[in-house]
Amino acid sequence: MKTAKGNVIIRIAEILGHRFVEFVRYAGGLTVLMGQTLFWIPMPPMRRRQILEQMSKIGVDSLPIVSLISLFTGMVLALQSAYQMKMFSAEMYIASLVAFSMTRELGPVLTALIVAGRVGASITAELGTMKVTEQIDALETLATNPIKYLVVPRFLALIIMLPLLTVYSDIIGVMGGYVVGVYKLGISHAMYMKNTWNPLKYKDIFTGIVKSFFFGVITCIVACYEGMAAEGGAEGVGRATTTSVVISFILIIASDCFFTALFYFVAK
Amino acid sequence: MIEIINLCKSFDGHMVLNNLNLNINTGETTVIIGRSGCGKSVLLKHIIGLMKPDDGQILIDGKDVTKMDEKELNTLRMQFGMLFQGAALFDSLNVLENVAFNMIEHTNAGPEEVKKRVKECLEMVGLKGIEEKKPAELSGGMRKRVGLARAICIRPQIVLYDEPTTGIDPIMGDAINDLIIELHNKLKVTGIAVTHDMTSAYKIADRIAMLYNGKIVAVGTPNEIKNSKDPIVHQFVTGTGKGPITEGIDFEHLVT
Repeated sequence: MKTAKGNVIIRIAEILGHRFVEFVRYAGGLTVLMGQTLFWIPMPPMRRRQILEQMSKIGVDSLPIVSLISLFTGMVLALQSAYQMKMFSAEMYIASLVAFSMTRELGPVLTALIVAGRVGASITAELGTMKVTEQIDALETLATNPIKYLVVPRFLALIIMLPLLTVYSDIIGVMGGYVVGVYKLGISHAMYMKNTWNPLKYKDIFTGIVKSFFFGVITCIVACYEGMAAEGGAEGVGRATTTSVVISFILIIASDCFFTALFYFVAK
Repeated sequence: MIEIINLCKSFDGHMVLNNLNLNINTGETTVIIGRSGCGKSVLLKHIIGLMKPDDGQILIDGKDVTKMDEKELNTLRMQFGMLFQGAALFDSLNVLENVAFNMIEHTNAGPEEVKKRVKECLEMVGLKGIEEKKPAELSGGMRKRVGLARAICIRPQIVLYDEPTTGIDPIMGDAINDLIIELHNKLKVTGIAVTHDMTSAYKIADRIAMLYNGKIVAVGTPNEIKNSKDPIVHQFVTGTGKGPITEGIDFEHLVT
């Protein structure tokens, strides 16, 4: 009886230990890829054409969905807060609430999640397919570093475009709030604009942009790592793509929590 | 001359290459034969530095590939061409950009020179006027030939062929064999091919080496291998179900 219990405990410890080792290996893999990417960024050639191509794919092509989701989020925020503000007859503060929430939290996080789902998945699928069809090996045999050729352009494009998309999302979200506030709740145009701009500081917009920069780093490194580690044909690529999106989502939300706390306590 | 000395490589505790020794003479085409999954492609990837061995050396003209850093490897790779099993053409680039990849990336050749060289290489593999096509628009045989054109574009001294005739019809397979022989005669390259297609092996090889259980068990001219008395080699080249290679494996359940 005693040994049976002991066995169970050993088994649990084994499973936990195995998971922990896997976690450390994964985190190590991401860190190494990150280091290699930073190393290869300043190396010639610049590959402007590829960076621009990726910027268009990642940024410009994401505009419709970012617009749609930000607009609706702004509208919902206004409507939802109107419901509660009404109780205190404080509807005019809806404008500030929408502006703060969009710039500090929802703008960066929602945009990052959209991009991780849309772009991160496609990066993993593309690199994963290249890996399983030996195209990445072929790159190496042609004396070309895969990180320089594949990861660096995507990395630069993401860390440039994600903050820009975030600012765009902030603006559209505030517009959504404006539509509801002015046309549905009857707040005057002047009052809404005043309550949006006056309390908003550069710091609020800046924190959002800093966050989105790091979300861009996370999305790209996870997506590229998963893609380049893909194995086992179409099934392996599918699995890598799912994992890439799930891990990016978790890391984005977790690091958002970290950054929000940091900005709250440190940069008051 | 390529010397492979005591090469060892294992995956997850499974020994794939076990103290492998082989010499490959300059200017010859050496074909490495062996069963699927016996480590032929792994051996090829070691020669071009895509994989690092657990132990052993690979000397190319006296220089050890296994000890090279990335910069030295890339310099060495400029003398290599490799044809992959599935051609491994880059999907996002057209045929011209694929074939000229090395030239565009690593030389200062102008667009006219690139175009001219690509046209030459494509003509050499019997293709014409497909420069603007994407790999997805090509048939399997055409992709392989474009892959071959890419491998020879920078005039390599050593060309590696990973299963050059697998996955294409026999007629196209024979055309690829003829191409390999022609390249060998025209460009005087050292060729290393891995295959389990014996027709192809007999046709293109100057020498054949058989890989079995992580070791080279026999080396010889095509005729020597064909008439080998070694039971393992004999079973493989004649493609017999019963013999020392399959000892202990029950094939009968496949039939019934």
